[in-house]
Amino acid sequence: MYQAIVFLPLLGFLVAGAIALVGAAARHPGGYPAPGAENHADAAAAGHPHGATTPHGDHAAVHVSHHEEHPAEPPAPGSRPAEVITTALLFVSMALSWFAFAQIGFGGADTVRETVAPFILSGDLTIDWALRIDTLTAVMLVVVTTVSALVHLYSIGYMSDDPGRPRFFAYLSLFTFAMLMLVTADNLVQMFFGWEGVGLASYLLIGFWYKKPSANAAAIKAFVVNRVGDFGFLLGIFGVFVATGAIAFDTIFAQAPSLVGTTMRFLSWQVDVPTLICLLLFMGAMGKSAQFLLHTWLPDAMEGPTPVSALIHAATMVTAGVFMVARLSPLFELSPDALAFVTFIGATTALFAATIGLVQNDIKRVIAYSTCSQLGYMFVAMGVGAYPVGMYHLFTHAFFKALLFLGAGSVIVAMHHEQDMRHMGGLRHRIPFTYFMMIVGTLALTGVPLTAGYYSKDAIIEAAFASGHGGHNPMAMYGFVCTVVAAALTSFYSWRLIFKTFHGRPHDQHHYEHAHESPITMLLPLGVLAAGAILAGLPFKDAFAGEGAEHFFRGSVVVSSILEEMHHVEFTIEMLPTVMMVGGFLVAWLFYLRAPGIPVALARWFKPVYLFLLNKWYFDELYDWLFVRPAMWLGRTLWKRGDGTVIDGLGPDGVSARVLDVTRSVVRLQTGYLYHYAFAMLIGIAAFVTWFTLGGIR
Amino acid sequence: MVSWPVLSLTIFLPLLGALCIMMLRDEDAGVKRNARWIALWTTVITFAVSLVLVWHFDPGSADFQFAEKHPWLAGTISYHVGVDGISLPFVILTTALMPLCIIASWKPIQRRVKEYMVAFLVLETMMVGTFSALDVVVFYLFFEGGLIPMFLIIGVWGGPRRVYASFKFFLYTLLGSVLMLLAILAMYGQVGTTDIPELMARGIPQNLQYWAWLAFFASFAVKMPMWPVHTWLPDAHVEAPTAGSVILAAVLLKMGGYGFLRFSLPMFPDASEFFAPMVFVLSVIAIVYTSLVALMQEDVKKLIAYSSVAHMGFVTMGIFAGNTQGVAGSVFQMISHGIVSGALFLCVGVIYDRMHTREIAAYGGLVTRMPVYAVIFGLFTLANIGLPGTSGFVGEFLTLFGTFRVNTWVATIAALGVIFSACYALWMYRKVVLGALDKPSLAAIRDVEPREIMIFVPLVVLTLWLGVYPKPVLDMSASAVTALVENYHEALGATKAATLQPTAAR
Repeated sequence: MYQAIVFLPLLGFLVAGAIALVGAAARHPGGYPAPGAENHADAAAAGHPHGATTPHGDHAAVHVSHHEEHPAEPPAPGSRPAEVITTALLFVSMALSWFAFAQIGFGGADTVRETVAPFILSGDLTIDWALRIDTLTAVMLVVVTTVSALVHLYSIGYMSDDPGRPRFFAYLSLFTFAMLMLVTADNLVQMFFGWEGVGLASYLLIGFWYKKPSANAAAIKAFVVNRVGDFGFLLGIFGVFVATGAIAFDTIFAQAPSLVGTTMRFLSWQVDVPTLICLLLFMGAMGKSAQFLLHTWLPDAMEGPTPVSALIHAATMVTAGVFMVARLSPLFELSPDALAFVTFIGATTALFAATIGLVQNDIKRVIAYSTCSQLGYMFVAMGVGAYPVGMYHLFTHAFFKALLFLGAGSVIVAMHHEQDMRHMGGLRHRIPFTYFMMIVGTLALTGVPLTAGYYSKDAIIEAAFASGHGGHNPMAMYGFVCTVVAAALTSFYSWRLIFKTFHGRPHDQHHYEHAHESPITMLLPLGVLAAGAILAGLPFKDAFAGEGAEHFFRGSVVVSSILEEMHHVEFTIEMLPTVMMVGGFLVAWLFYLRAPGIPVALARWFKPVYLFLLNKWYFDELYDWLFVRPAMWLGRTLWKRGDGTVIDGLGPDGVSARVLDVTRSVVRLQTGYLYHYAFAMLIGIAAFVTWFTLGGIR
Repeated sequence: MVSWPVLSLTIFLPLLGALCIMMLRDEDAGVKRNARWIALWTTVITFAVSLVLVWHFDPGSADFQFAEKHPWLAGTISYHVGVDGISLPFVILTTALMPLCIIASWKPIQRRVKEYMVAFLVLETMMVGTFSALDVVVFYLFFEGGLIPMFLIIGVWGGPRRVYASFKFFLYTLLGSVLMLLAILAMYGQVGTTDIPELMARGIPQNLQYWAWLAFFASFAVKMPMWPVHTWLPDAHVEAPTAGSVILAAVLLKMGGYGFLRFSLPMFPDASEFFAPMVFVLSVIAIVYTSLVALMQEDVKKLIAYSSVAHMGFVTMGIFAGNTQGVAGSVFQMISHGIVSGALFLCVGVIYDRMHTREIAAYGGLVTRMPVYAVIFGLFTLANIGLPGTSGFVGEFLTLFGTFRVNTWVATIAALGVIFSACYALWMYRKVVLGALDKPSLAAIRDVEPREIMIFVPLVVLTLWLGVYPKPVLDMSASAVTALVENYHEALGATKAATLQPTAAR
């Protein structure tokens, strides 16, 4: 069954990929210009009726704009079968996942380990392809397959006028497969396989509209920034092996307690083993989960189609870092320093991303920064040792953030691919169902009581406070303050989004009048996710953040005393996030409904601050100046000066130039000198053999 | 074990094919066709024969198998060949790629077809011979002999600057080999044999080890190529015809790495340990330096050539880590790089044959007209990046892994290559394949034809298969690698004990 969950999406990818490839190949058959033909291009075009027309069609469709665009190409053949097959397979996988979740999470079944095949065996290094399903994995299985199945369904509607649908669904299924490999991994290397696999899928999907330069740039940026994280992950794997002699989780965890207090030499320093390993591995998590310093790729990733943003850049892939920390919680528990660092990064991200979210105008970017910020919350939970609570937020967040993205997608379709909120307004009359769904998502995100987000987010804030109060983690209080402030900001930017999009007067009359509600394939997933955004909270509270956690997770993550302590925080602390949430709502209401002049005036008065936030703290510019330009300058200098002037200049160029001169004067025939040298070579060998034979060397 | 001399057959069958082609007269269309077919059949049969080697190979043994020994010259030099788990993968790589190269040259080569095919077949004999020679002199002859056909291939069928490129190639490699020759002579003078297993058994006196190591290093480092003697490679690649680039990248570069494994580590263990830090430094510089340079290239082939140098940096680093993962990883990385870089050069060949330019700026948006090509090229680009699931990952992972256990500085800086490779490879893919197809010259470009697909299919399959299931190659080389590493450490231990004793006695 577990193999079916993981490999059904792979099957979907292969089928849809084959359909896409065959379809595309049929449109542009292969061929080869006739040898010797002077203008082979024209010859080929003449012999091939499509050749002359298609490039013009492609060319006409290319116009660079900020909006998602749909070239006017005919849909690829086999679009419908590709959609239906991949979506159906995903739904099967989802059903199986929920079954596994019930069985393992609540039925008390043991951890399942299935070895599929050997992978790398070399000396004392043994790596298998193996599936491991425990409660932690089961939670992720449910999240991944559910959101993925719904996004597949949603995409049938959203992508209906795109010419490359089989390719799109193939990529979606490939992503799902890689993500499932990641969460079911039984060892670090297989996890790394899934880790890079989702990175690849993310690259492919961000760059799905490959004719847009901005999409291509964003795709590369996402992959490369993730690679920076993976660099740490890779070194972390090596470190784990050197310290424990193992790659498989069970063995690592069995060895882990003996690592406390041990040191190893890394670079030129003698460092604490658990801290080193955890920080290196966490670097991977920072890349994948777009945490502070490695976050710059996530907003740009919004260049991808909106369903992709919902699936990959909100609900699943970006949470892989959180999952990794939870999975390795027995290691992280050993290093208070690493945990403090995790808390610091999480808290900083939560606040930092929220501040940027305040002023963005692109509807998807607001939600993207919100995602970044919420991931920060999860890391705060991980950092203070409340791993189940972090997983709780991961679980609930998947539903309401996917809901918000898909809702935004519905708005974007209604607005004919306009994403700038400044052009929206008053849409609640035109697309009431989408409006209602977005309200549900916003309620959950801001943490209105009884919604899913309320339970999980408040639990994180309480855990941070309890940890800081108990003095477990030096960064916990910082985490507490940041998350509380971020709660207010979250509420503000979320309601700002709602008010600017759905309330007030329409800013673009033409788009407003043509706005229409989305097809049922898009609305149905919204409904399901909305139900999840409400229901994923209370029913699971005990299992994730209550007394049932120990029994629910059964050792798959560390359940520490913090879960007990957080129930004893004072009532005022417990109420704080709710108060902040109401405050944020009121300010947003004041700014965008009651007195729209205020934000404009504020932006004018505090122009530097406003620009600082609008330009995302100038991180892109900073990195460009710090890394990109120097790397390019170095590359060019090393090439021209290093290789060219120094190495070649001192070495072969002078010599070979001289030799060439000599040869030219000696041998005039066009290719004569080649044979000449070959001959010289042979003579040399012959001479050498002769010398040998005569025993001249003795 | 088989009773007929299957290894010698593998080595000399191509030579036989070359003789057959030379018998052909004239240069008309029929002769061209015959030359092509003879070359293809020769390489296919050679490949089939080499599979017999795999079939009968005992992976559990670290000894040389299929050994053949015949006295040859002056009673000291014998024709001695054989393969072990380290050399067999290279033999198979060579014989497997050869038919693909012939097919790849089918249409692009229209001038002097006969000579071209002869050069390739002779080259195959030299390459297989290099990997299976068990006598230093025989090794040297094959090793250097391979230079001539390659020199001709670049110089006769190459691009506009072929003369410069072929001379650079020749001068560099010749310089290294002269030093190697001196070392061989010195070794013979001191030990009294040129037989490789004998030399390994008797050991090289320590005072000679350092000089001999350096001399061999000069030759292998140029072949690899290692920084700073790498500059011949981009030029050679750029000017070589497609199939020449494929063989150059896939097989000829591996001779250097193979040499390190066959000579440096087993015969000069003390020197290897002594010089390992230098190799580490050069490898790391190669990885970072050439990756940065690759970032700025404007020529597709040059970019891939520079990335080859970076990938070979992983190999040298892994070899001199001197542990099982490092050495096994190096062998795997070389095989994988042989497949992937060969395939990448074939990919460049596909568009070069159509557009006759290698400039990145001349392309863009190919995916619109060439979807199948885009998928193939994309896959190999990812393998070049070392994405898990492709063969590129396994080698990089193992070499880094082995190095990390020895020296964390080296492994950490080398791991930066993981980031850089993503930058330059994806950048190139974006410029060539993605984007809008708005260049008029590309408007009628055609996708890959069945002949080209036929070349790529085996390479695609191998790349993915070895990426998910690298066991066949790792298992094949496991015993030999283990023995190599054990002997290496034993020898080092013995030297240490020997140097310690007198001090203890004093």
